[in-house]
Amino acid sequence: MIELSGIRKAFNQGRDNEYWALDGIDLRIAANQVTALRGPSGSGKTTLLTIVGCLSRPTEGRVRLKGGDISGLPERFLTEIRRQRFGFIFQQFNLIKGLTALDNIILPGYPTGRPRHELLARAEELLVGLKLGHRRDAKVEWLSGGEQQRVAICRALINDPELVIADEPTANLDSHLAGEFMGILESLAGQGRTILLTSHDPLVVESNVVQNVVDMRDGKLIQHR
Amino acid sequence: MTRPADRAMIFLGLGGLAFFGCFVDAAWLRAAAVDDDAQRLQMVAQLRLTDLALFTEARYTRHPSQADLHSAFQDHPLAIEHFPTGSLIGPPAGLQKVGAGEMKYPAAGTAP
Amino acid sequence: MKLWIEKQRYLIDFTLASLARRKARNIGLLLVYTLLVFMLASVTLYTHALRQEAARVLVASPEVVVQRMVAGRHDLIPPGYMEKIGRIRGVQTRTARLWGYYYDAVTKANYTFMVPAEDAPAKGEIVVGPALERSRGLAANNGISFRSYSGKLHTFIVAAVLPQATELVSADLVLMSEESFRAFFDYPVGHYTDIALTVANPQEVKNVALKLSAALPDARPILRDEVLRTYAAIFDWREGIVLALFSAAILAFGILAWEKASGLSAEEKREIGILKAIGWETGDVIKMKFWEGMLISLTAFLVGFVAAYVHVFHFAASMFEPVLKGWAVLYPHFQLTPHIDGVQVATLFFFTVFPYAAAVLVPIWKAAITDPDSVMRG
Ligand SMILES: Nc1ncnc2c1ncn2[C@@H]1O[C@H](COP(=O)(O)OP(=O)(O)O)[C@@H](O)[C@H]1O
Ligand SMILES: [Mg+2]
Repeated sequence: MIELSGIRKAFNQGRDNEYWALDGIDLRIAANQVTALRGPSGSGKTTLLTIVGCLSRPTEGRVRLKGGDISGLPERFLTEIRRQRFGFIFQQFNLIKGLTALDNIILPGYPTGRPRHELLARAEELLVGLKLGHRRDAKVEWLSGGEQQRVAICRALINDPELVIADEPTANLDSHLAGEFMGILESLAGQGRTILLTSHDPLVVESNVVQNVVDMRDGKLIQHR
Repeated sequence: MTRPADRAMIFLGLGGLAFFGCFVDAAWLRAAAVDDDAQRLQMVAQLRLTDLALFTEARYTRHPSQADLHSAFQDHPLAIEHFPTGSLIGPPAGLQKVGAGEMKYPAAGTAP
Repeated sequence: MKLWIEKQRYLIDFTLASLARRKARNIGLLLVYTLLVFMLASVTLYTHALRQEAARVLVASPEVVVQRMVAGRHDLIPPGYMEKIGRIRGVQTRTARLWGYYYDAVTKANYTFMVPAEDAPAKGEIVVGPALERSRGLAANNGISFRSYSGKLHTFIVAAVLPQATELVSADLVLMSEESFRAFFDYPVGHYTDIALTVANPQEVKNVALKLSAALPDARPILRDEVLRTYAAIFDWREGIVLALFSAAILAFGILAWEKASGLSAEEKREIGILKAIGWETGDVIKMKFWEGMLISLTAFLVGFVAAYVHVFHFAASMFEPVLKGWAVLYPHFQLTPHIDGVQVATLFFFTVFPYAAAVLVPIWKAAITDPDSVMRG
């Protein structure tokens, strides 16, 4: 589904503290499969996710989405791709405080202009699917970590994306909640969605939900299983 | 179910209506005041009035346009006249023209 | 179009929700903002209406008033003086006026005693202005005594009270017969206070004044146009004082609003990053903030203006009267006829709504065009 070739990413380019976080990545992310990026902290996993997710651009190299080169597209198109095709589950969840769970979930639907009742119905369905229906009107800051993550998952799914991107999804969860997350992941994979996640949690990368594991170190791939 | 956005827009819409309502109300009050206006005009014409009755504090200020240059320093029935209005109202503009030749009295230093 | 409307509704929903999060702060800001608009609008509405009123009422006043000056001071018109004016071309009527001030120690106010040229009250009777009716509790057929400047007590019967509608020009009037007036003030026979001239052709007024000065070197002609101009200047000046008093408040609010609107907190920056990451366009974020600025500033403007209108024209500007009208002891009660200057309102709108909207938008612009990848990092 996504092909990366010769991706390099520099931070603070041209300055004293120039740092190449990614240094020549060639990678295919297969459609309808679960792929995990594994590697020690600082190896460039998050940076790679931001490039795949069109949140930032590579300094060098190309990104292809279904064969089309998207690395040179203007900001507006990247935003549209993000909105229509990708769903993000951030490590810090990144919910908007002060809004209810339901309001947070429908946020990515705003720019589409879809009728509110449609969005709400869809959000409700997702919440119920994750056994969180009773918390729909709670402000997100009142939710527990696990509940917050499930709200974040619902938000990632509201526009029905093909690719779900999750950065360290179990880093802020205890083993029990992490286990529940793996269950959710399995059902998402079962719906035929492509999933790309990063983790150094054995519970994730060694589970049989994950079909592909990519190892990273110092901004390079070291193994492709 | 009304959404916050709709409520806000309804509120602003009502505010806008009230805003234009002010102008309508103003026109209406103007129309209603025609009689009173006529009465005032008639009184001004009949009594040959020259000023509004806004200032009655000091004796020279009721007809500021008719006050002479030195009124501001004349005696009050009870005390020396030294009132806030005296510091606000100078002599009429006509008095302050210098050099026209027709003014035989000094230009005032009392203008605000 | 429908899609566009739906999108704007979402953006407004969101901006309202984020305003609601800092409720106390935003409501406080809105209140101060509204109060400011209210004060500014009250002052401008009031002074404009008063200025208009003066201009409209005084068109009926005499074109020229002639005073006589002696040693640079206002003096009485001696007998025979008026005849000298008679032959100036353009003068339609000339009337010798008799009026003067009387200080009433009871109310500590100055009344204007005046002899009407026509329909003067009978000897011993007076017609009083509405302010006297109130302050001295007078009504028709009441008797009232005034102690004259010479110390003698004079008693008058109130024949009538002038209509309330004329209060703006008649509040302090006491009308009486010529005989009573002369007796009360010991006014010398044949002398008058000043002379009112009417001139039919407005273009002639200046000429009449010039000829008067030539014919009567001790005369001081006061032109109606000058009076009107002076009144306009007085009200402008008073408006200026009030605005100057407000300017400190305006400045303080300006700083507050700028601080609140332009200083983007780290929290807000993070939120913008999140919104962009989950698929909001830069334009959506800016529009959302635009709505925030518009909602606050439009609400403040509309509520402030409407409240000011009601305050000035339905509650007689009760808060500003003392400053704007002057220090009047006999306070005229009058309802201003609303004359609204569209240009003034537009100016007010422009200077209250746009700076705030701009203050909200400028920093957002900077934040909204940055890359959203920062949200991926703790
Ligand atoms: N905005 C940035 N500026 C400078 N260096 C950065 C920035 N973002 C990430 N880095 C550096 O890039 C490297 C890779 O970071 P990251 O992709 O977050 O690693 P991982 O997710 O595998 O822990 C790290 O050394 C990090 O310090
Ligand atoms: Mg990371």
